[in-house]
Amino acid sequence: MADIKVTVDNITVTVPEGTTLLDAARKAGIDVPTLCYLRDTNEIAACRMCVCEVEGARALVAACVYPCTDGMVAHTNTEKIKEYRRKTLKLILSDHDQDCLACKRSTNCELQTMCKRYGIDKSNEFEGKRNEFVIDDSSASIVRDNNKCILCRRCVGACEKLQGIGVIGANERGFDTYIGSAFNLPLAETSCVNCGQCIVACPVGALYEKDSTAAVKAAIADPEKVVIVQPAPSVRVGLGECFGMPIGTEVEGKMSAALHRLGFDKVFDTNFAADLTIMEEGYELINRVNNGGALPLITSCSPGWIKFCEHYYPELIPNLSSCKSPQQMFGAVTKTYYAEKMGIDPAKIVSVSVMPCTAKKFEVGREDQSASGFADVDYALTTRELGRMINEAGIDFLNLPDEPYDNPLGEYTGAAVIFGATGGVMEAALRTAVEVISGEELINLDFTDVRGTDGIKEASYTVEPLGEVKVAIASGLANARKLLDMVKSGEKTYHFIEIMACPGGCVNGGGQPHVPSNIKNFVDVRAERAKGLYTLDKNAKLRKSHENPIVQQLYKEYFGEPNSEKAHHVLHTTYVERKVNEDHE
Amino acid sequence: MKVSNVPFKGTKEQEAKLLEVIAQYKDQKGALMPIMQEAQEIYGYLPYQVQKIISDQTGIPIEKIYGVATFYAQFSMSPKGKYVVSVCLGTACYVKGSGNVLEEVEKVLGISDGECTPDGKFSIETCRCVGACGLAPVMIVGGDVYGKMTPDMVAGILAKYE
Repeated sequence: MADIKVTVDNITVTVPEGTTLLDAARKAGIDVPTLCYLRDTNEIAACRMCVCEVEGARALVAACVYPCTDGMVAHTNTEKIKEYRRKTLKLILSDHDQDCLACKRSTNCELQTMCKRYGIDKSNEFEGKRNEFVIDDSSASIVRDNNKCILCRRCVGACEKLQGIGVIGANERGFDTYIGSAFNLPLAETSCVNCGQCIVACPVGALYEKDSTAAVKAAIADPEKVVIVQPAPSVRVGLGECFGMPIGTEVEGKMSAALHRLGFDKVFDTNFAADLTIMEEGYELINRVNNGGALPLITSCSPGWIKFCEHYYPELIPNLSSCKSPQQMFGAVTKTYYAEKMGIDPAKIVSVSVMPCTAKKFEVGREDQSASGFADVDYALTTRELGRMINEAGIDFLNLPDEPYDNPLGEYTGAAVIFGATGGVMEAALRTAVEVISGEELINLDFTDVRGTDGIKEASYTVEPLGEVKVAIASGLANARKLLDMVKSGEKTYHFIEIMACPGGCVNGGGQPHVPSNIKNFVDVRAERAKGLYTLDKNAKLRKSHENPIVQQLYKEYFGEPNSEKAHHVLHTTYVERKVNEDHE
Repeated sequence: MKVSNVPFKGTKEQEAKLLEVIAQYKDQKGALMPIMQEAQEIYGYLPYQVQKIISDQTGIPIEKIYGVATFYAQFSMSPKGKYVVSVCLGTACYVKGSGNVLEEVEKVLGISDGECTPDGKFSIETCRCVGACGLAPVMIVGGDVYGKMTPDMVAGILAKYE
């Protein structure tokens, strides 16, 4: 497209034709305020915060969707505009629960930021009737408080456009409008998959995770309990953001230090179980290929994806790997092998995870996830919840030393840490599968075809004596739907598919720290966070899961070999068929 | 929008008709509105069971259907009762106190405007001017017009339809 010249607040910039005024202004160094706009997710120009003046235009225009034309002259910050924005904010506040003090989003609420920017206080000439909504905390993962909702519909866009689900939307009209589910059903009774993309899309405190911090703190305070914690790969490239560090800063060592200081008895690492997952899933793939099992094999690490499959593609349940997710494998090993080895009664173990994910809170309560007779994992915290716990404890995170993880379940290879990025599980599996199948040492460990934040990726490799192995990767459930429909129609055939519910994989999970939209709209947060993981992988001494010495020891001492009967009992699980719309009388 | 607690009594014939309508529109852009309109023709209203059929058949999320159903006044989620009770809220009736009459009807029947009693006997619909302002306030029950209404007349009139 041709380049055009646009003048924004007296600065002339050159941009491609069709560029929005919002983007042109950004190029001129101006942050036009937005509330409802979320690039690729919600572009509906509803909130009117971004209004600007364009010379010659009849009225104020919404910068987020207004296409620039050559020679256009725009103003983003006149007194008229600012007065208009103040009115908009006051109208929003006139039906907004302004109990900001303990609101989970206080200090990173986009509405609060905007009010501060434009000097809006509690005096409000539009004060009047207010909606009163009941908080929906029916879900294991997600809480909705519509008293805080500003009807921007970013959550609706995330659910419908990114995830292709659409269990939430705008109901009623005018003053009565609210965001909810059909027939105002509690979220738990819908086909919501608990991915939490609605939470990370929300600019205010209307959506947040179901709290598990109180239960975890109580367990830590109980001297009878042995509290064991495992943080997932992606947490180490997200947690720093809770303390003002740049997006994607890798804080693995500080995180270990913080978890020890919070009083966890053992600080292990989900990465260990990621290596274990590769062993089980890798051998499962080899077995299915050799024995005519259901192909393509599809990964089972992402509980949002699993529930999506159960609701929307129940016919593909046989294709799902029977492997528990790394979180659950970790918990299962902790309460069986580790408990036995250390002589700890599994009843006394409280197994805690820290996840970039809200669906993990649902996963811990699933059936067939209690190898020891007790739940594999008792509580799943999000990255944000851990951030809050560290903050509450007064731990000076920025100045913590780097500390190692505890033995033995803190050991991991580079293959495990990249689980957090889309394509990571695939790459890790390939490293092991290729070496095991071919019997030859793999020299180049970087499978770059499966990296990057594209929604759908595919690659094929020749692995002798098997021949061609075709793989595909999808992240974001709308992309998963596209890929699976091609598989179902026979348009595409693969041996192995990796699916992650969240776009970009776990680094962009629903439990990760909030990034304000004026940053998220211009920076690829997924890529920034993934970088840290690939650096950890590159620098790791061991980069293939089957080389993890503790995993090897675990098989020698306990499971025998991958996919053994014992391994199946402890490390594998089953799935259930679910409907999209339940029957109601 | 009040969701009905009148048990759903859809028939196989109605369902077959609805499936036919859906098949006719399914692959067209903007199919949802005509499907919903015809579904309401068939059933008289759009309860969960009907919206579920539309959702299951078209792949449109049921929330989207419900969102549309609650946005437009033309759609109802409550069946019509055997006797429709209309209270006129037009200007003349209103200044003569029809608001109080409506309140009394709601109290006597235990339902709100737009709803149907669980036994399916009465539903309430407000309307704007029936052209009988000389009789204001006006109430219509099952086609019978009652003029110069006061709240204390309501229970007696409704009792006749028990």
